[in-house]
Amino acid sequence: MTHAAIASVLVPSACAALMLFIGDRRLRAQRVLGLVSCVTLVLIAIAAVLWTSSGAIEVYRLGDWPAPFGIVLVLDRLAALMLALTAVVGGAALAAVLTADPGLDTRGRHFHPLFQLQLMGLNGAFVTGDLFNLFVFFEVLLVASYCLLVHGRGAVRLRFGFHYVVVNLTASALFLIGIALLYAATGTLNFADLAVRVPRAAPADASLVHVAALVLLVVFAVKAAVFPLCLWLPGAYAAAAPPVAALFAIMTKVGVYAILRLHGSVFGLDAGAVGTWLLAGAIVTAGFGALGALAAPTLASMTGYLTLASIGTLLIAVGAGSSAGSSAALYYLAHSTLVTAALFLLAERIAAQRASDGFLPSRPVAQPAELGTLFVIGAASVAGLPPLSGFIGKLTVLQSTATTPGRPWLWSMLLATGLLTTIGLARGGSALFWKTTDAAAPATRAGFVALAPTVTLLAFGAALALFAAPVQRFTDATAEQIAERELYAASVLHATDEPPVRPMPSEPRP
Amino acid sequence: MIAPSLALPLAIALPLIAGTTLAAVAGRSSGRAAAGALAVVTAAALGIVLASAPAVLAGQPVSTTWPWIPGIGLAFSLRLDGLALLFSVLILGIGLLVILYARYYLGPADPPGKFYARLALFMAAMLGIVLSDNLLLLAVFWEITSLASFLLIGYWQHRADAREGARMALAVTGVGGLAMLAGFLLIGETAGSYEISAIVGIADQVRDDPRYPAALILILLGAFTKSAQFPFHFWLPAAMAAPTPVSAYLHSATLVKAGIFLIARLYPILGGTPLFTYVVTTVGLVTFVFGAYVAVFKHDLKGLLAYSTMSHLGLITFLLGLDSPLSNVAAVFHIGNHATFKASLFMAAGIIEHEVGTRDMRRMNGLWKYMPHTGTLAIVAASAMAGVPLLNGFLSKEMFFAEALALRHLGFLGGLASVTVAVGAAFSVAYSTRFVHDVFFNGEPRDLPRPPHEAPRFMKVPVEVLVTVCIAVGLLPGLTVGPLVDLAARAVFGADLPAYSVALWHGFTLPLLLSALAFAGGALLYWALQRQYNLHLHVPSRWSARRIYLAFLAGLTSLGDRTSIGFANGALSRSLALLFGVVVVLLVGSTQLTVGVHTGERPLLPLTALGVVAALVLAVAALGCVIWHRERLVALVFSGVVGLVVSIAFLYFSAPDLAITQLVVEVVTTVLVLMALARLPRSGHEHSSPLRHSRDAILAGLVGVSLGGLALGVMTRPGTTISWYFLENSLPRGGGANVVSVLLTDFRAYDTLGEITVLAITALGVVALLDGVRQPKPDADHLRAPAPLLFAVAARWLLPLAIVVSVYVFLRGHNEPGGGFVAGLITAVALLLRHIAHGVSGGTVPRRFGYTRITASGLLIAGATGVAAWGLGKPFLTSVHAEPVVPLIGALPLASATLFDLGIYLAVVGTTMRMLASLADASGEAGER
Amino acid sequence: MEILVAGAIGLLTACGIYLVLRGSSFPVVLGLMLLSYSVNLFIVAMGRLTVGRPPIVAAGAATYADPLPQALVLTAIVIGLATTVFTIVLALAVSVPPRDEAADRVARPQGDEPSLR
Repeated sequence: MTHAAIASVLVPSACAALMLFIGDRRLRAQRVLGLVSCVTLVLIAIAAVLWTSSGAIEVYRLGDWPAPFGIVLVLDRLAALMLALTAVVGGAALAAVLTADPGLDTRGRHFHPLFQLQLMGLNGAFVTGDLFNLFVFFEVLLVASYCLLVHGRGAVRLRFGFHYVVVNLTASALFLIGIALLYAATGTLNFADLAVRVPRAAPADASLVHVAALVLLVVFAVKAAVFPLCLWLPGAYAAAAPPVAALFAIMTKVGVYAILRLHGSVFGLDAGAVGTWLLAGAIVTAGFGALGALAAPTLASMTGYLTLASIGTLLIAVGAGSSAGSSAALYYLAHSTLVTAALFLLAERIAAQRASDGFLPSRPVAQPAELGTLFVIGAASVAGLPPLSGFIGKLTVLQSTATTPGRPWLWSMLLATGLLTTIGLARGGSALFWKTTDAAAPATRAGFVALAPTVTLLAFGAALALFAAPVQRFTDATAEQIAERELYAASVLHATDEPPVRPMPSEPRP
Repeated sequence: MIAPSLALPLAIALPLIAGTTLAAVAGRSSGRAAAGALAVVTAAALGIVLASAPAVLAGQPVSTTWPWIPGIGLAFSLRLDGLALLFSVLILGIGLLVILYARYYLGPADPPGKFYARLALFMAAMLGIVLSDNLLLLAVFWEITSLASFLLIGYWQHRADAREGARMALAVTGVGGLAMLAGFLLIGETAGSYEISAIVGIADQVRDDPRYPAALILILLGAFTKSAQFPFHFWLPAAMAAPTPVSAYLHSATLVKAGIFLIARLYPILGGTPLFTYVVTTVGLVTFVFGAYVAVFKHDLKGLLAYSTMSHLGLITFLLGLDSPLSNVAAVFHIGNHATFKASLFMAAGIIEHEVGTRDMRRMNGLWKYMPHTGTLAIVAASAMAGVPLLNGFLSKEMFFAEALALRHLGFLGGLASVTVAVGAAFSVAYSTRFVHDVFFNGEPRDLPRPPHEAPRFMKVPVEVLVTVCIAVGLLPGLTVGPLVDLAARAVFGADLPAYSVALWHGFTLPLLLSALAFAGGALLYWALQRQYNLHLHVPSRWSARRIYLAFLAGLTSLGDRTSIGFANGALSRSLALLFGVVVVLLVGSTQLTVGVHTGERPLLPLTALGVVAALVLAVAALGCVIWHRERLVALVFSGVVGLVVSIAFLYFSAPDLAITQLVVEVVTTVLVLMALARLPRSGHEHSSPLRHSRDAILAGLVGVSLGGLALGVMTRPGTTISWYFLENSLPRGGGANVVSVLLTDFRAYDTLGEITVLAITALGVVALLDGVRQPKPDADHLRAPAPLLFAVAARWLLPLAIVVSVYVFLRGHNEPGGGFVAGLITAVALLLRHIAHGVSGGTVPRRFGYTRITASGLLIAGATGVAAWGLGKPFLTSVHAEPVVPLIGALPLASATLFDLGIYLAVVGTTMRMLASLADASGEAGER
Repeated sequence: MEILVAGAIGLLTACGIYLVLRGSSFPVVLGLMLLSYSVNLFIVAMGRLTVGRPPIVAAGAATYADPLPQALVLTAIVIGLATTVFTIVLALAVSVPPRDEAADRVARPQGDEPSLR
């Protein structure tokens, strides 16, 4: 029994609690604590990836109660992958906050505790093996994200924050309804147990399960920002402070994760024709995001729309329903998370030198070579230009959808998305770096440390491309692990010799 | 000597890594240094390629394969055969000359490092294209050339036309690149491999596959866009905004030739089918004539050259399309010839622009007497372009005519083709003539920006070299390039070529006659245009493919503006309407609901009067909320009633814990909301149309009905659950009779931990949000409303009582309804009342930081209780318990769960009071407004 | 009785959704409160309805109400409290001009949310 899974939740929450004790007055101490936490999380993530890459599924029984009765944490390849992404992006975002001047944490109360609690919520959602517990951690990460989103105030930020909050709260209500329906039909909340019971459900219950599957799909589609449930995203991401937006790059992926976990593994994509709905939504999302990126007024909002486009692309792969599709989706998920986060951070650095990251003519940046190169790398890999991770990701998605019905449409949309993204980013880049006024560039140059977070994220992206072969071995194995629901169920439930569910306690015993 | 396996990767790596970095670094010191550095690197690369040339000429292609991503069939495999050798020599050789030329061309204001680094990147990518033996790898380098050319064309970033030209080139070639990629994927599917040399082996299988037409068209799309074939040509003239060295390089030997190269490279796989022949020849021929025609009317020197480039590319494409061995020879031969004379022409044009300050041929007449040296070079090169004998252009053009004339036996279309060729040839003679006549003769210069004079010595060296090549090849084709061309042609055509001779003199043949006609016609045409039509007054027509493209792009952008940004404008109600709309569509659309609703045989509970009354009250209250939702206090009272009824329902349906909690939460919520409302301005009447009202009503109704139906369907059916486990183990292993409470503090304590975390985060958020609102005013005291004395007294007495009660509730919680959460809320309520008694404006809410600390300690205690289990080698949150019986309270469970419960208690008190404190301050400020 | 409960759930849901769709801040908060009531009732209903059998283990009791949904609802109620308060406070914060507009960025706030002007 390793404590890795629970540690990924406890470390940030403990740090947050300590920060609250320390108080905002001692900002330096809070910063140190935050760094310590993030570094620890990276180490935990590395351990988790190494541990799970052997194919092992680590089950952690909270309170020592056997599954499916108690809550269990499950650490498999998928969870480990998500933990790793969260750790990297979170660390980079925090580093960006600490290296900025003035730091975002000086612009409002309780930034660092909220940041840590956000990480706690994310990790908790990724490692839990219990549906209702997933809801609880969704709430944790959402409430934290509400606070981070409006951090630093500003009218626009607050207005979009309100929108974001209300939409997500409504989605949470639906989430509860879905959970309750599923419980009514199967009498259990544990993923593994659900994976066992859902296929065996009686016809009447099966229809309930399908309804639940659809309701949950809507919930996760809101979190993942699938068209037409994505209207909250562009405004919110553009309004959020760039480091927060960078952290949010992983937030939408929580929805994708949940879809992979529940619809991919527990329900199966054919339950209630989920796959078809998903595919349709994904295609439109990709186009919607690309069009938005084409017309976006600032780099940050463009990156927000690009997030949508990437969500669409990777959900197309998910919707393909094949194991290859899931693998492609996972690779693309890692790529898009890292690179969009990098672009958000870059947007902040550019805005700092250029007075704005808007596409109207402005003074030139102080470091055209450095920032320009970073932008070209980031933009090229988002747009799917080779030889960067975006290209390989797009290629795998294309190949994995080769046998999907309606391939011409899928491919045209995927390629058109890439093209529109390219055109939009070309426009953005030339506006940011080329179309300058005569005003002198500012003297303030960003040192290497200030650029390090962006560079690191982009380096991870490049590594994804360079070492694509091993990475794809991992994602392939992950996809297969997701598909093997029996194995998952066995390894979670094997310890219990308890009999299965019994009639409702309200009914007299037979 | 380098190992052959390393030679090719090294040849690419040199410019890609060494070239870019060295140029960028050296560029900081001086342009000369940067140029020198890159020149050395390029020469080295050229040396490596030439070193492995003998083997290739001996018929053994050099090849290397390194695995990259076997999962998708992308391998780093390179191959140097005849065709690749020809192109590599052109790319690196002309690249070397361009570097030398640019060294003198670039002005002091042009940052050199940027220029040479981008040039190096482009060179490396081009080399990669021609050396790739893997389709996907080829696509990789292909896209890199697009990116690099974007950067090169946009080099003069301050110029709007440069920016537009760069973006246009990227977009147009980008479309092609993506199409090509799709085509490659189709081929990979059919062939089961992406290795070109492997696919060639099973070419028939590819050509017979039903996916072949799609693949062919997609790939040709890539080739045509890249090599500026009609109607994708418009980016090429726009790209003339680039510095002339860039144009000389991109548009003579490299970028535009990449498309040609692709067709040539894949000819063994895709070529030979009627579809291929018809499409390629037609497009090529049209481009040839169209380009030649437009070129004549261009006043811009580089514009003329751009269109002539396009025309020649069409010529080559046409030749590649023809399915005859000699046409391939001609094509390959002309690729080299065009590269040499067109590069030298661009350079000459650059020199002229450099020295006279304009590119407008209507102003620069009679430059001959000012710059004879440049003039000589330019005239020779232009003659080569026109196909004058003794020059290389003549030879390949003869072969071209021969091939075209051979078509006349193929009936009408063939005849049409040969006639078109003749016309196009005449036009190319015409624009060549114009280039020479309008620039160097035709009267005197007109108000040139600068007094014309000769260019610096070394700026002309590259031109001289190229012109020498033109002449040498023109005179002695067999000795100079014969073998290479032959080898390259074999690489394209695959099978053995029949005997042919590339020679200057074939006797009086039909092609020769055609040449003569073309010259006569061309000269006549030019004279007519110049004298009768007065060419200089010609204004180009407004209509052009470029305008269409721009209009299309603008339309796309505004579409994006409307559909995305206009749609996602932050309208909350729209988002929510969509959300519920989707729910309805999914549920109703996928007919699951009807199945879900069907009622079962479970015995129903008897209908009671209480139940009916409660339901009626609830209905009235709920509707009241809707009707009077603008009257905040009224609405709040109604919602309070709803909450009350709900908690009664909980009590009735044997959920006492829920009932208590609901009740207390109701109180707290109401108080906090009231305090916020005191500060919240009245929302303006939402001016939503009746249409929208009905839309919302319908949506709400549908969702409500579905949910109610589902509930009914479930409640009337028996079910199974895991709950029996909790009922059985609550007392023995959880140490509590109240199963719900044990669930919260033991079975599912982890949920509770998350739940109080949410509570804590909310408190933090409230603090952070109201932090901006609070503006403490010292003179705010007189505004505080004094509370009634009786109330104050009551509150004072209430507090201790409430504390006692909460302690009691807390302790009994494990066995009876109650528990840490409820206890905490009761304490909080008591504190609330006391606070209200002391006036709303809340100066008296003490120890602001204390509350946050209390919350934190609550979290820490709860967490620590869980971690303590590690000491026993148990997982997080494992509980231990023992129950001594204590009088009055009963069995006092000393369970670790109790400690956990304490954490909850503290967290709840802390958070509630923290929110209260902030709200009090905020509304305190409100009192003053 | 079940029919009454089902009806109550449906009505509360409908009212809640209608209010949420009004778009301006206070009705939205009100609607969310109604929604959470209906959802809590719904969850309890999913454990089937029982009268007079609270899930407190007692000797001789043969049947109980299902404790699990009750536990879930308890958690849901608390989270509902938190989010409700947060939402109303957020609406409040939106309504007052922030001290520094520095955090504002180029964006296009339109639409009717939260219409506090």
